[in-house]
Formats: sequence, structure tokens, C-alpha cells
Amino acid sequence: MSPDHLTALENESIHILREAYSKFDSLAMLWSIGKDSTVLLWLARRAFFGHVPFPLVHIDTTYKIASMIEYRDRVVREWNLQLVVGKNEAVLASGVTFPNGLATRVECCSTLKKDALQQLVDQKKYSGLIVGVRRDEEPTRAKERYFSPRSQTMEWDATDQPPEFWNQFKTDFAPGTHIRIHPLLHWTELNVWEYIEREAIPVSPLYFDDGTGHRYRSLGCAPCTTPVASTARNVSEIVTELRTTRTAERAGRAQDQESENAFEKLRRDGYM
Amino acid sequence: MPPAAGAAADHLRLVVVGHVDHGKSTLIGRLLYDTGSLFDGKYEQLVAIAARRGVPFEFANVTDALQAERDQNVTIDTSQIWFRTPRRQYVLIDAPGHKEFVKNMVTGAASADAALVLIDAHEGVQEQSRRHGYLLKLLGVDQIAIVVNKMDLVGYSAEVFERVSGEYAAFLAGLGVTARVALPICARDGDNVAGRSSQMPWYTGMTVLEALDGFTPPAPDADKPLRLPVQDVYRFDHRRILAGRVESGTVRVGDTLLFLPSGKQATVKTIERWNAPPQFSASVGDSIGITLGTQLFVERGEIASSLQSAPTQTTEFTAHVFWLGRKPLTTGRRYKFKLATQEFEGEIVRVAQVMDAASLEQVDGRELTMLAVDQVGEVTVRTRQPIVVDLHERVPNLGRFVVVDDLEMCGGGTIVDTGAHATLFAATSANITRSVGQVTREQRNIRNGHKGAVVWFTGLPGSGKSTLATALEQEIFNRGWQPTVLDGDNMRFGLSADLGFSAKDRAENIRRVAEVARLFAELGAIVITAFISPYRNDRLLAREILGREGLDVPFVEAYLSTPLDVCEARDPKRLYAKARRGEIQDFTGVSSPFEPPERAEIELDTSQFDLEESVGRVLEYLLPRVKM
Repeated sequence: MSPDHLTALENESIHILREAYSKFDSLAMLWSIGKDSTVLLWLARRAFFGHVPFPLVHIDTTYKIASMIEYRDRVVREWNLQLVVGKNEAVLASGVTFPNGLATRVECCSTLKKDALQQLVDQKKYSGLIVGVRRDEEPTRAKERYFSPRSQTMEWDATDQPPEFWNQFKTDFAPGTHIRIHPLLHWTELNVWEYIEREAIPVSPLYFDDGTGHRYRSLGCAPCTTPVASTARNVSEIVTELRTTRTAERAGRAQDQESENAFEKLRRDGYM
Repeated sequence: MPPAAGAAADHLRLVVVGHVDHGKSTLIGRLLYDTGSLFDGKYEQLVAIAARRGVPFEFANVTDALQAERDQNVTIDTSQIWFRTPRRQYVLIDAPGHKEFVKNMVTGAASADAALVLIDAHEGVQEQSRRHGYLLKLLGVDQIAIVVNKMDLVGYSAEVFERVSGEYAAFLAGLGVTARVALPICARDGDNVAGRSSQMPWYTGMTVLEALDGFTPPAPDADKPLRLPVQDVYRFDHRRILAGRVESGTVRVGDTLLFLPSGKQATVKTIERWNAPPQFSASVGDSIGITLGTQLFVERGEIASSLQSAPTQTTEFTAHVFWLGRKPLTTGRRYKFKLATQEFEGEIVRVAQVMDAASLEQVDGRELTMLAVDQVGEVTVRTRQPIVVDLHERVPNLGRFVVVDDLEMCGGGTIVDTGAHATLFAATSANITRSVGQVTREQRNIRNGHKGAVVWFTGLPGSGKSTLATALEQEIFNRGWQPTVLDGDNMRFGLSADLGFSAKDRAENIRRVAEVARLFAELGAIVITAFISPYRNDRLLAREILGREGLDVPFVEAYLSTPLDVCEARDPKRLYAKARRGEIQDFTGVSSPFEPPERAEIELDTSQFDLEESVGRVLEYLLPRVKM
């Protein structure tokens, strides 16, 4: 792919980030520590000339792979970021989680991620959340909008979305509406890695083969995320691998596979 | 979205449109399957899901991802999926064909570079086939292939193919669009999709895949006039950076920019990009920041251009509008508009028909009062403040807008006329010199949408001055203009509270009224006064005050010549009765004289006309004198 194409994708994302910043007073950006939201973070620094003028929210399930947190804290220090960590303390205290055998994977995602996010949004009164989802990740995300309204309880009405055209987005809302902004929607997994390579963006080492012949293609909670077979040891080897892969990106994410519409249901309820 | 996302030459965004059930999602699924673009296990997974649900496998399920879509076998929302041919990378956009989901079709199609219109060979050209064709034209998608699907249902008949594709090609031609190619396929079985069909030996043209590769990616034209809408102004690190995306043309360091509507000018000092090598120019699609050689106060919504080819400033424009709102677009109503980074209110002053709602054929402009959902019309909009636009054919990104109603984006339009009062900034410096230190009357008039004036009612107590003034105010206000009434209530209790009703005090009161009227008129308001003002000399003084220092504001003396007996019979405030009983001194018409004007601009006997007719007669005189 030509570098021009990456610049075109970048221009579009910067335009959307600036539009969001201009239109919403109380914004936050979700940072999952993964490659996509890290690229999003980089794009924000490009949009705002080295600054990130809103807090970064990390929803910590406490089941994340340990080195993700180390990486997170290092980037926050080096880039001088404002980090807000959200946890569903009540459910964690009660122990009703999938790793404890007391909840299904989907229920666990729902409480530890979705509900934790809702609690934080309510507490901090964020009106807009910037999220790094992409259309090519999975088919319900393919139907998303750049500016995607949610109900007060974060529900997504996938069957009645606002129109979006000519670079104009729905930015007028009744008080109390919550909005998700998706500046990476038009990027593919391959674009993300090509951009990481071009810009030399630091990413978690979990994405690379550590000598076992496996690497993580998508980062999540340790119990529900498995590495894929791959010998890619650096970004450029990942780019080469993705040009010919026939394996879906989220194949290593077990919660998507619990039932036919498991992921759609999670997303309608407010999951990322 | 074009032009940015599709700017690179090896990328093309393609939308698949057409009537519901004509096979759009099926074609996409089949195309992905035949080109080996599905991930491992995806096909098997969908086959297994279909088996579990006891329904036949559908290729459409590749993109129909929502449970509701699979349950009803209908595409509800637009979807995008990536795939590549040896020639280039594609984004395939699936657009719903059901009439309920036109807003989703528009969302999908607006970002496309080219389109496949699918038509069921058996059903032929249907309502949404035509509507989608029309919308493609309005959205600016002009590379179109006609794909006649389900050829198996018509026995692979060459004659049916020719008839259906010919009918649709003729419809497109009526819109001024030439179809690139027409091809017969059976998407479900893969006939003429990726490979040639053995069922239709008579067809020797392209397959779908070959047709895709025959489309041309958009070529951004860096030589068009510069348009850089200000998206935001940042003050990070003590520097003032104007952020925005170049919507047309090229901007270079050292260029002199003209900002409209403010009319300010400055040179480009730097082009800013974080963590990147220095950059000396930026072109269409680039999201950049600039710093200026001089500090200017400009805000979001200003449009930067070169001095030589600036956009048009206007308070009125005409556009082709498609309407998606559940509530119709209605003349006389005000809406919010978004055009590039400008947001403004505008009133719909005229709607004309351009497409027949039933046949979807083009028709000549019959006047309408509204546009219902999914209709298209030619709409004239009047704005309160001047806005900055281009004709769509000149600079597309500054020539199109969306309409917001009740917080929702309800329509879009492309500008075909910028109105009679448009100011086209030419290259001469005289036109772009801004007046320093003082806002001119002309600038105020442009913002108000009308000129200032004073309507001076004079007449006996009870002749109808206040009633007429109030009705006139309402009528003018309803046009979106700025009227105000000065009467005894707001003068006598405030500014003139120290005055009585002697001839001297009356004269002083009228002088004060005239001075206040002058101030309002200078602001551009239409001032309506309702005072008896019985003395000729006092009214003459008022006229002089308004005309002082060459202030060119029409002074309309409106004499209500209603006879005394009628006024006394009306006696709305029971004042005649009191005056007759001697309880009020100096009462005009009873104990104090009224001097009728010798030459009033308007003379009206309100006992001869009803209120509406009276207001109409005043407006008839006034309107031509205050219109822009």
C-alpha cells in the first residue's frame, strides 16, 4: 500500500478527532493498551500538536496480561498523559467472574468492562468517548458510525443510526446523550501495522513472537485471549504476515465465539 | 470519505445499490468467496449457522451481520468490507435497498467513488432502483455499472437483459449520467461475477470483477481554488494555531490568505505538523495547522482562500436537496445548516419540484410547500448572517451542506445558485479592504437581511396607531427581520418620564423619540413609532433628525386619517370621555389641535379597511424600500 494511502487515513482521523474536541466539552479517550488505541493516541498527539487535551481511560479488569500494565505505565510517564483507571470494584470483590468459574465469558466482559466503563462515565460525567474500533474487525463494527449516539445507559441502537455523509456528523444532542467517537473506523488491521511501522510507534512486546512460535494478534484478558501461531518478531514481519493471512483478527478472542450473536449483543449493551 | 480516504491511486471505494431483494448483499458475499477474500472458517461458520437455524445458506450473511438482518433476510444498515484484486484494493460498501433505510443507503453511497446498481432481471427496474440512481447523481457518484441479476429466473434471456438494462440506461441518461457498462449475472451461482458464465454464451462483455477494475479512482485536483475552513483555533504552547482541513486547492507558506466572512487577511507563516519534517505546502485532504504572520482573531467557521479566487458571500442560495427527515422540510420554517465548518440558521423561502414522486422522472419546477421523506427538490434558503459558499460545480466541498432538524441530520443539498445579493470577492484590492474600527451599515444590513427604516404613525387618539404598529411589527418579525415599536408605554414611563403634555413638552418628547429611532435605525432595525405627534413642525423635526449627517434611512410618515367621530366612538382607553368631562387638559382632538400632514408617504383611514388590509397597505409601501 502506498504511503499516500496511510496519510489519507490519518488526515481523516485527525479531522474527526478535532471535530470531536470542538463539539464536546467533556471528552475522554479509551485506551485498551492495544495497537489500535495506541495508534489512536498517536493520532491525537498529531491532531493536537503533541498534546492530548483529554484524559485517557483504561478499564482494568485486573485479568490483563501483566506486561500490558507495565507498558501502559511507561507510556503514560514518557508521554506525560492524564490516565484514569476504571474498575468494577463491587464485582471484583464479589468474585463473580469467568476466571473464578462463576460467570460466562460474555457475562464477565459485560460486568468487568462494560459496567466498569458505565460507572466511570457516570462518575466523571463524560459526554463523549473516543474509541479505537475499526470496521474490518468484525461485522457489527462494520456498521458503525464515526459519531455514534448511545442511550443514557450506553445502549447502541444498531437498527436506527443517524446518517453520516460529506464529512458531516451528528453533533447535536439532547442533554444526557452519550456519544462514541470512532476515528479509526476506516482503518484495517494491516493499515494499523503499516502506520505503526511508518511512525515507529512503540507497541506492547506481546504482539511479537518471543521465541515460542506464537504471538498475540489482539490483546485482552489473559484467560480469554490466546496467542496465534506466528514467527513475526517485529513490526515489519507482522506487516508481511498480514498481507497473506487467512485468519480473522479476533480468532484468539474467546468471548466472541460463545454464541452466534454474542458479540453483537455485547456491543448493543455498550461494549466497545 | 472522498477525496481524502480514496486519494491514493490503488484504492477504490465501491457501493452496491439497488431495490430491496435484488441481490446486493448476495453479490458482495459471492465476490468475496470467489476471490478467496473470506477468512478461514468464515464460510463454514455461516453454513453451520444457517443449518442450525434450519434455513438455506445465504451469501448475504457475510455482510448482514445484525441479528435483525439475518432474521428478516434484509439489509438494514450499510456495511463495509475490504477486498483486493490483483489490480487494486477495494472497500465494498453494502447499501440497504429497502425504502425505510434510505438514510443508511446515503451514508454508504456518499463516500463511494463508483457504484454498481443491481436490478433483478425478473422484477425489472423498481422504485428504489430509480431513487438510488437519482441519489448517486446528487451525491456526486457518477461512475456507474448496471448489473442485471438473477438471470436464471428469466432463462438467461439476452432479450430480457437488453430490455432491463436499456430501460435503466435511459433513466440515467435523463439525469445526465452515462452508465459505464451493463452486465448480466447470477450472483448466487457466481455467473459473470468473478468468472465467465457458461449459461450465457451470448454475452462476451466484462465480468463484475473486470468492471470493478475498469473504474477510475478519484484524482484530487490541487489546482482548484484554495479553501481552508477553520475547524478550530488552538493555543497550545503559547502559539496560536489555526487547525483545519484543506477542502480544495493548495496552501503554501508565504501565501496571503483572505478569511471570510470577516474579510481579514494575513500571510501563512508556518504549516504545522507534529513530529514530522517541516512542510511548506498542503493540498486537498490534508488536515493541517497553520500559524499566521500577524495575530488575527478568527474563529471556527471562517473560510480561508486566496485573494484572487475567493468564495462567494451571500445570504441566499438555491440548492438541490434530498430530504431524509420523518418530518417534512417546510417553507417558512427555519433550520440549522452545516456547510464545511460553518453552522448557520436559514429559512426555507421556496421549494420547487424536480422529480416526480411516483415515476421518479425529472419534471419542471412546480412550486411546493414541502419536501416529504425521500423526496428531492430545488430549495431556496435565506440566512440571517452572511455565509461563505461556492457553487457545487466549482468547488464541491464548499458547495454542499447538510440540514439539521430537531438535532438530527435530515437532508443534504448541493448549491446550484448563490442568489442575487451574493458578493463575489474579486481580485481588486478595493473589494477586500475592510473598514477599520467601524462596522458599516452595509455590513449590518447584510447580517439582518434587510435595511433599516422608520415608520412614523401619526393620527388622533383612537385612530389605530398602536394596533397597526403591533400588527406590523409581528408581520415583519415573522419574516425573520428586526422590527421594534416605540410607543407611549416605553417612552413616557422611562426616557420621557419627566415630560408633561404641553406643546413644549410634546415637542421635546418627539425629539427624544426621533433620536432613539435614529439609533435603532442605524443598527438596521425597522422602527415603528406610535405617537399622536399632532404638530407638523415636530414631525418635520423628527424627519430632519433621521436624515441628519446623510443617514440614508427611509422615513415613512403614515397618517391615519380616521375621522374624529370614529375615533371618539372607539375611545379604547376611555380618554375622550374624560376629556369631554374636562378631566384631561390638552387632549388632542378635543382641547388641543391636530395638524394633518401635507405630504405623508402613506395616508390611511382605518375606518375604511380592516386590520389586515391596513397592514398590507403599509407593507406594500415599505417592503421595496427595505429589501436588500
